[in-house]
Amino acid sequence: MTKNGVGREIPSYIEGIGQIKPYESPFSVIPEGNKAGAKLKRPLPHKNKLIDSIEEAVIKTGLKDGMTISFHHHFRNGDYIVNMVMDVIAKLGIKDIRIAPSSLGTCHGPLVEHIKNGVITRIESSGIREPLGTAISEGILPNPVILRSHGGRARAIESGEVKIDVAFLGVPACDDYGNANGFSGRSACGSLGYAMVDAKYADQVVLITDNLVTYPCLPASINQTQVDYVVKVDEVGDPKGIVSGAVRNTSNPKDLLIAENAVKAIMASGYFKDGFSYQTGAAGSSLAVTGFLREKMIDQNIKGSFGLGGITSQLVQLLDEGLMEGLFDTQCFDLVAAESLGKNPKHFEVDAGFYANAHNSGCLVNNLDILMLGALEIDTDFNVNVISKSDGYISQAVGGHQDTAAGAKLAVILAPLVRSRNPIIVDKVTTVCTPGETIDVVVTDYGIAVNPLRKDLIENFNKAGLKTYTINELKDIAEKLTGKPDKIEFDDKIVGIVEYRDGSVIDVIRKVK
Amino acid sequence: MEIKKVGVAGTVESSDINIVIEPSDKKGIEIELQSTVMKQFGRQIKNLIEETLKSEGVESAVVRATDKGAIDFVIKARALTALYRAAEINEYSWEA
Repeated sequence: MTKNGVGREIPSYIEGIGQIKPYESPFSVIPEGNKAGAKLKRPLPHKNKLIDSIEEAVIKTGLKDGMTISFHHHFRNGDYIVNMVMDVIAKLGIKDIRIAPSSLGTCHGPLVEHIKNGVITRIESSGIREPLGTAISEGILPNPVILRSHGGRARAIESGEVKIDVAFLGVPACDDYGNANGFSGRSACGSLGYAMVDAKYADQVVLITDNLVTYPCLPASINQTQVDYVVKVDEVGDPKGIVSGAVRNTSNPKDLLIAENAVKAIMASGYFKDGFSYQTGAAGSSLAVTGFLREKMIDQNIKGSFGLGGITSQLVQLLDEGLMEGLFDTQCFDLVAAESLGKNPKHFEVDAGFYANAHNSGCLVNNLDILMLGALEIDTDFNVNVISKSDGYISQAVGGHQDTAAGAKLAVILAPLVRSRNPIIVDKVTTVCTPGETIDVVVTDYGIAVNPLRKDLIENFNKAGLKTYTINELKDIAEKLTGKPDKIEFDDKIVGIVEYRDGSVIDVIRKVK
Repeated sequence: MEIKKVGVAGTVESSDINIVIEPSDKKGIEIELQSTVMKQFGRQIKNLIEETLKSEGVESAVVRATDKGAIDFVIKARALTALYRAAEINEYSWEA
């Protein structure tokens, strides 16, 4: 056991994983070597890639016991692909599969059966939700899950650390030779940013679509040079679960209060000026921040540079009104964003490596100024947990949290001080996902705390007359309301590891007792 | 205080607790709790409900509580309300 850079005890070797490199600091890992790549091939001219079924695709790719397959999560909770493909693999008697999806949702509960039957023995993902997360926290999987950020996953694939044998990628529009995009068809999801990494680096790529269009399908986000087989199915997902209409602005007074406090912090930070860049999530308070910020931009005649990330209708509005020069999009959060991506060349689709891989020549988070993030818990060292609930169960996702926090000049956490009796600011978070060193400000419904490392920000806030608390003061207010929670008991068995974006291990997750 | 019938208070909304108090043949207060924060606060919630009932002189009751993350003030208020309803008492001394 060694204490890593955020003070967590990390074993030097973990059964089923191997030697462990403990996390040190945000930019301490200097990578070596070259990018990996897909297998070379020789397809003969004028041969068709269209085949009849997923079963035929699995057989043709030669998928065998012990191999690694991947999926993307652009269909979110409407996804049918993961369960459909895994059912076929199970039926064909293939075992010991490692799945490396970009993320998993609540719709992927059926994977529990495939784990019990030995079909899936390893999982690497950004997120794992109930009921799968609960089962894994109770120790169902023979090997610990590896949880990575979106940038961390792109890094692991591009460096060859994760070698994908076959990628099964659902696409909303596709031709019979493997050109595909995400913005048309009944299952439109917008950007295919996560899937684009798999398409480039997997040895074999199978596209699965419910919307086969006449060749050529243009513009092509995934293209024919990357794709081996195309399968037409009735439905790749449930459109209602894939994207909603425009995500509505919140009317929750707590969210609005947090958003108002966040806008005050942004105004006082010194980063709100012409040419600023901005990223936010799709949670209620973050969306409200974007709305308030828009009013300030119009009032003060300030124009931004770019919006990044999961794109929402609120950011599309900033682009359409000329308040932003462009949008970089790895994932669309609503239909307005998906439509805009298909129409507006300034709304630009990027893959997860371009977005957030720490080990290329410069990903987009390096250009980020102002960032709004969520949190399940924050500790008094500003470390953030976005993966485990306060009772120890894996239930959420790392997402782009680590990546964007490392890049942004002003990384702001938005969170209520108390969530259903759970204090959100605590002595030690259940699981560290994002190191406190990369978090600058915590904004709650009760007040704002600034990371003491950011003396410049504290000075700016003081000058602006913005009242702040220490993180310990906020913790005390929270605990006064909730009482001190009983300590959660864990077994010694490690069920998950959380990688930092550079491949080092920032924390481990143990089996819940 | 004697429990005469089933008394209910609270909802199953987030941050609330629904408490049902029933008469019991056995001596003692029996508490059945479901909670979204069972591991963190289950022990403390049960203690608080029991103490609240005991301080009102209850010696025997069956309590079924469904908690969605209520804080102590809410738990105590819901427990007292359910108890007064169960005991069919309409007068309550507000100073405490």
